[in-house]
Amino acid sequence: MAEKLDNKKVFLNPLAKDNPVVVQVLGICSVLAVTAKLEPAIVMGLSVIAVLAFSNVIISLMRNTIPTNIRIIVQLVVVAGLVVIVNQLLKAYAYDVAKQLSVFIGLIITNCILMGRLEAFAMGNKPWPSFLDGIGNGAGYAIILIIVGFFRELLGSGTLLGYQVVPQSFYDAGYVNNGLMILPPMALIVVACIIWVQRALNPDLQEK
Amino acid sequence: MENFNIFIRSIFVDNMIFAYFLGMCSFLAVSKNVKTAFGLGIAVTFMLVITLPINYLLQTYVLQAGALAWLDPELASVDLSFLSLIMFIAVIASMTQLVEMAVEKYSPSLYASLGIFLPLIAVNCAILGGSLFMQQRDFPSVWTAICAGGGWGIGWLLAITAVAAIRERLATYSNIPAPLRGIGITFIVTALMGIAFMSFLGIKL
Repeated sequence: MAEKLDNKKVFLNPLAKDNPVVVQVLGICSVLAVTAKLEPAIVMGLSVIAVLAFSNVIISLMRNTIPTNIRIIVQLVVVAGLVVIVNQLLKAYAYDVAKQLSVFIGLIITNCILMGRLEAFAMGNKPWPSFLDGIGNGAGYAIILIIVGFFRELLGSGTLLGYQVVPQSFYDAGYVNNGLMILPPMALIVVACIIWVQRALNPDLQEK
Repeated sequence: MENFNIFIRSIFVDNMIFAYFLGMCSFLAVSKNVKTAFGLGIAVTFMLVITLPINYLLQTYVLQAGALAWLDPELASVDLSFLSLIMFIAVIASMTQLVEMAVEKYSPSLYASLGIFLPLIAVNCAILGGSLFMQQRDFPSVWTAICAGGGWGIGWLLAITAVAAIRERLATYSNIPAPLRGIGITFIVTALMGIAFMSFLGIKL
């Protein structure tokens, strides 16, 4: 029973209270760069979940055989291998999105969430909890990506997933898309707002 | 002249932090005071200048489609570019290790000031990002790669030093709403500086 509760915590904590993006501030680069539209944000989120879960499992299986002084290189190679697979799959089945994400799929390798979780969790835990931890943290990351992507696409282009959401009558009445939302700096401000809301709700996360 | 333009472009127009948001993790973690921020900036610049030309040579003579033709004409049909991610990250990780050892041996004082940052750099997205942009943009020569690497590094150095200076002042002189303190306000500061840097976009070089 204790084991079960533990697993649940491992899976649910990263979704809100211990979110990798807004609380631990890891993996920010890609959050900012790929969220101008909702679709690449979702694809990126899924890719990170997949890579994170499987690299966690692989490292966790090998944790007793990896010599500690070369562990970073071993981790990087495992992650890079998985990212190459994801990259090739995306190029084969979702070429347009892969084109939009350009270098950022490759940059999953250096996404700090991966190194952070491998180092902090997978190196010291069994495969199954590591798998859950990977899914949980990946999902926590994906949620933030989707929230940011949602607001940026809605306010910036008036569309969601490419479909027009803001009705034409709004435009006729003088509504204008906020072009600033498409520009990269606005992603930072949206994330800052998420942090603001989240820390206002959880006062124990506030600094000083 | 061409290379000099690319150098300037890489510093201001294609600034790693304000235009692409690469290397944000260490940027946010280390920008609390100017001195350490400057140290990390120097280390990043150094690594970019070293790894970019190496990866460029790898890309041109090993990985590109048909790049192996110089070995044997029969190999002209081989395309190894799917291996580039692994190769690039391996070069970066091993160069970091090498540079760390060399610096430790020959300049202990530099090691003392840079030491803690060097291992961090292997996972800094700005370094891998530089190599991936290099691959995407088909640089004409290895000099271009060096210039772009230097430019990106200096741009990163500028950005982290500037934001660290602002954060130092913010911590003492301002009254920020409690939930925004620390990370939240840093995001907003970076965003505003990013918008300011966008004014360089109009420059044609």
